[in-house]
Amino acid sequence: MAVIAESARLAVKPVSRFRFILDRRDVLGSIFIAPAILYVLLLVGVPFLLAVYYSVSAYTLYDPTWRFVGLANFEQIIQNPVFLETLGNTFLFTFGSNLLGLIMGKFGALLLLRPFPGRKIVRALIILPWAVPIALATIAWEWMFDSLYSVINWTLIALGIVTRDDAPNWLGSPHLAMLCIIIINAWRFFPFAIVIFLAGITAVPQDVIDAATVDGAGFWRRNYQIILPMILPIVAIGLIFGIVFTFTDLSIVFLLTNGGPSGATSVLGFEGFQVGIASGDVAHGAAISLFMLPVLLIVVIGMLRFIRRREI
Amino acid sequence: MAAVSTRDIIKKFDEIPAVNGISLTVPDGEFMVLLGPSGCGKTTFLRIICGLEKQTSGDLMIGGAVVNDLPPRARGVAMMFQSYGLYPHYTVRKNISFPLRTQRVPGAEIERKVAWASQMFGIGHLLDRRPRQLSGGERQRVALARALVREPTALLLDEPLSNLDAKLRSSARQEIKQFQQRVGVTTIYVTHDQVEAMGMGDRIAVIDHGQVRQMGTPSEIYDDPADRFVATFVGTPPMNIVAQNGGYLGFRPENFLPKAMIKDAACTEFKFRVDRSEYLGSERIVYGVLEGFDPKQAITAKLPPAHVADEWIRPGEWHSFAVRDSALRHFDQDGKRAGRH
Repeated sequence: MAVIAESARLAVKPVSRFRFILDRRDVLGSIFIAPAILYVLLLVGVPFLLAVYYSVSAYTLYDPTWRFVGLANFEQIIQNPVFLETLGNTFLFTFGSNLLGLIMGKFGALLLLRPFPGRKIVRALIILPWAVPIALATIAWEWMFDSLYSVINWTLIALGIVTRDDAPNWLGSPHLAMLCIIIINAWRFFPFAIVIFLAGITAVPQDVIDAATVDGAGFWRRNYQIILPMILPIVAIGLIFGIVFTFTDLSIVFLLTNGGPSGATSVLGFEGFQVGIASGDVAHGAAISLFMLPVLLIVVIGMLRFIRRREI
Repeated sequence: MAAVSTRDIIKKFDEIPAVNGISLTVPDGEFMVLLGPSGCGKTTFLRIICGLEKQTSGDLMIGGAVVNDLPPRARGVAMMFQSYGLYPHYTVRKNISFPLRTQRVPGAEIERKVAWASQMFGIGHLLDRRPRQLSGGERQRVALARALVREPTALLLDEPLSNLDAKLRSSARQEIKQFQQRVGVTTIYVTHDQVEAMGMGDRIAVIDHGQVRQMGTPSEIYDDPADRFVATFVGTPPMNIVAQNGGYLGFRPENFLPKAMIKDAACTEFKFRVDRSEYLGSERIVYGVLEGFDPKQAITAKLPPAHVADEWIRPGEWHSFAVRDSALRHFDQDGKRAGRH
């Protein structure tokens, strides 16, 4: 009886259904996530759709018509040998520098894991290549690779490894120029790789590493049969970041080689900028830039599937 | 299989000794338990034997040869870790075969040995699963199979049962002991659980502060503790210790009985005030104090419940209790056994 009386009293004064609306997970969650979604839509979504539109139009800075041309722009760039070379360069640049960065990161992480005096300072300093503004870093590297004042060549000559006459012209010869931008990008990427590897390796239970040691595994077997496979998912995530950022990057090329010599270091981002902005052919520039999308999508989806299968 | 012996093993971490001069010999095929509280150095000592840590000084012999400077993989010992240390990215089959693969054992022999080990532990049906798909007990068997598959010189076990629930633990205890007897491998087993130590060890070494306090069979440890530490560390509830004549007097709770129950032998009588009693089914634990001794010194008695009626034990009451003289243990001022033969 008392219970019925209680509920009857409650029913007299109904609570507004909006009074506790913020207690609801879906409502409050949506409010919190809204700024981020808005941000992405405005700064990525709108330009992206704009680029899609430009790429199927004949829009140039000199003839700003919105004439629809279908996939003609894409057909033209695919048949263009310069574009194909750029595409090849981009792959070489991306995978070369990420692979080099990963290897440097792995060994850097192993070195930083052992205790030595000043380890904390070294750990802080190692972040520098990543933290220094790209323009500043590239200028420093430009001096290292300069045709007349190259620090590297000066050292090689001083050590008697090469003579002044056949010292390499780093930025002047196509293959060496590509090597240069790969080295610089790997140098920028490896602190990030170190952080990823450090996080991964320290997360491997000590018992597992000890078990491998007692089971007879030496340094290499421990690292490549036990630790590396265990941290592969986290390394793959780091690698996805590295690949996406490198594939779309144009800053090093823009600052150091300007795509030269004779297009040997031109990458997609740079080419898109050159054609679309510098030359004013917005439609073709957009088409070149958009070409990155399916390529990256395939790479990223493939890697994510790989990670899911490896999840342990 | 081989005997393991150590001579004056000392291990210091930043000048703080974790192991402080342990000398012991485990004959071939013996099951030796290292028993001690957490932080007493027993795990460090085990890690020294398998080579994961290097001793600061002292010698380690396996099978008669000094192995101080040999790396872990050359010592031929196997170790099972507290959390098993299974390789999560490998199937059970590859986990078990890993120690063989590191020794470059031929493929056909690997297959034969994996089959032998998995059959012995009844995990043949799990060979293609990964560790995360196994229960705690199954993981433990896989870890044991991996440890034994290469027929090690010695098997080291570091608290292998602490991750199992109580019920599984007692059956696992029995299994480990049976496997050890069947394979006949020299075994060193580290634990802080005295029930495991008493139930499994051929011999027990009680360790405290990096030193062996007593080494002996379970009954020697229990009945003839070498000092107060061993007396109070082994046994649930621990041995009662009271100060007497500048030394200490000790007696086990199960030997502390109502006077009326002791008729056949010479005994020492105490006045016992009951404070609290717990009925545990198979026994009754009674807590109280003794007349004429430190009133803060809690004394426990473990009584067979069938002999004592509920209403007989009431808080606040004084009773006449006694201990057979043969069950009294005397310790000197420093806590060492006095007059021990």
